[in-house]
Amino acid sequence: MKSLLEQYAVIVGNEVIDHLKQLAHPLKGMKILHINSTKEGGGVAEILNQLIPLKRELGIDAEWEVIKGTPEFYQCTKKMHNALQGTREEISDTLLKAYEETNRDNYEQLRSRLQEASVVFIHDPQPAPLLRYCKDCTGRKGKWLWRCHIDVSHPFRPVWKYLREYVEGYDASIWSLADFAQPLSHPLYLIPPSIDPLSDKNRELTENEISEVLSSWNIDRNIPVITQVSRFDRFKDPIGVIQAYQLVRQYTPVQLVLAGGSATDDPEGAQVLAEVKEFAGNDTNIHILELPPDAHRAINALQRGSDIVLQKSLREGFGLTVTEALWKGKPVIAGQTGGIRLQIINHYNGFLVNTPEGAALRLRYLLKHPDIMETMGRRAREIVLNNFLITRHLQEYLTLVLALIYGSEDTIEIKMHATA
Amino acid sequence: MDCALISIATGEKAQNLRELRDCLKTTHRGSLYFHFWGGLLRQHSSDTEFQNDLANWAYRGLNDVRVAEQLSLIDPNIHKDLESLRREVIEVIEQRLFETEYIPWAKPGNEFQFIRSQTVVFDTGIRINDPEKLKDIIPNLTLSSIFYHFIDARRRTIEHKNDFILWLAGFGNKYSKLIARLDIIDPYFTTLSELREETGNLFKQYFKNSA
Repeated sequence: MKSLLEQYAVIVGNEVIDHLKQLAHPLKGMKILHINSTKEGGGVAEILNQLIPLKRELGIDAEWEVIKGTPEFYQCTKKMHNALQGTREEISDTLLKAYEETNRDNYEQLRSRLQEASVVFIHDPQPAPLLRYCKDCTGRKGKWLWRCHIDVSHPFRPVWKYLREYVEGYDASIWSLADFAQPLSHPLYLIPPSIDPLSDKNRELTENEISEVLSSWNIDRNIPVITQVSRFDRFKDPIGVIQAYQLVRQYTPVQLVLAGGSATDDPEGAQVLAEVKEFAGNDTNIHILELPPDAHRAINALQRGSDIVLQKSLREGFGLTVTEALWKGKPVIAGQTGGIRLQIINHYNGFLVNTPEGAALRLRYLLKHPDIMETMGRRAREIVLNNFLITRHLQEYLTLVLALIYGSEDTIEIKMHATA
Repeated sequence: MDCALISIATGEKAQNLRELRDCLKTTHRGSLYFHFWGGLLRQHSSDTEFQNDLANWAYRGLNDVRVAEQLSLIDPNIHKDLESLRREVIEVIEQRLFETEYIPWAKPGNEFQFIRSQTVVFDTGIRINDPEKLKDIIPNLTLSSIFYHFIDARRRTIEHKNDFILWLAGFGNKYSKLIARLDIIDPYFTTLSELREETGNLFKQYFKNSA
């Protein structure tokens, strides 16, 4: 059985793995603790699930703890999440009290671990106040980093003002993009997210596996397939995607797949889904799929079985579904917003568009030029290989830890002999 | 030696050309380094239209092709330090502001975000004392190591030369021809992998001919 590092080396090359080993060498044995609020589901848990074993294989004493809360706590953090992303969301004092108490209780549970760690990564707003309680006690030893995975570029100000009190005290914060960051008195590091090429959602699949999944939904592989994988959310513009498809089907046979999560626990999602179904009408070449949260392999097969992937978002965070599609060698036509602009170089590995008409134009162009589709797909994969895989993410975390520990100058020389 | 870069948002942003100039007057000099050279390590940007982030933003964000072309032609190599580079960039923008009545603006969300970097340098443990060995070593160096020895060295060293030249100069005149050929490699209009290939080939060719 190959080690994790050996498995990644097959994909990214030995050069990248050697680089990781050299960066990790001065950090061997160091206690690095990650804290978030969920062990399963969501991008943060997905990343930590792979990052922790990778760090451990590199000799770092990395651990991951999850804080536990009451329903009021989760109600509060859900509202906080929405407010930080711009929704006008008032949070009652009762809920804020639950938020603070939950953090204090969790601090008591984790006290010794938090105090001993050389570096503590606190992910997202849920556990952000832990530092306050640690500061109030004696014995804080390490550097504390607040990792913000969400887009806080236009927050609902009262909620950001409240949270800022907790995050100001950190040694540094980490943001996915400069556009997402808020000014704070400590250094604002920039580390984009990543995907894991070994996960079920991204690993290689055989042609049989892909065909099996597509045929289970009556998707005909003899007709070009265009796909958007996204929540049924107005910001993802599913109606605009159907409009683009309708403009294209007049000229060339094509199928559209709109795949999103089941909307049972999201009232707004259910409404959008109903609108999408109504707008699609009885067109048998439109496949609207409601997928369970763990349908990673199915999403993988859908992306791989598609000719072109769309992500016609009107507003987007980083857009990891774009990264996933690019990794599968697909040209992506996407909205010119958020982190999508970092991933798609217009006319190089896909197209950035602003309207359904723009998306339709690029779809027709690519369907007419399969050779260009192939070239763009090859470049798409290469861009992800070099920039958006978990190994790059880990490399930047290690660099950041070294920078924090060894100094704050522009250039930090690690004197230690680093042998792989 | 090898290095790894980490980016830091300075918090400064510009919505138009005048704000860009104003920020450039005071921004951390590491920001100039990042926006002129950092693109080489961010490999996805190697195929963008212009050579540095400022020019790319002027083109894509402001739609001002004229200033984009002028900014793109600024060669950071010829500046002895980043302050001198800063002066030239400001001068180009001042000139553009002088000749135009209309100040180009970027749409909200397309502002220029100033970023600086920190570089962590570490020892790879590889030591050689025979220059010929470089012909086999260079093709296997990481791109970040190429960046450190070729690009960062120009900022780091008093002579503003790459590390290979400075090391070879320590052998007296023995490698003067090789030094001269290394000295004319232009690292600006290239990618790090092309730079590695070009340098590696140069060493191979040189030692093949002198064998």
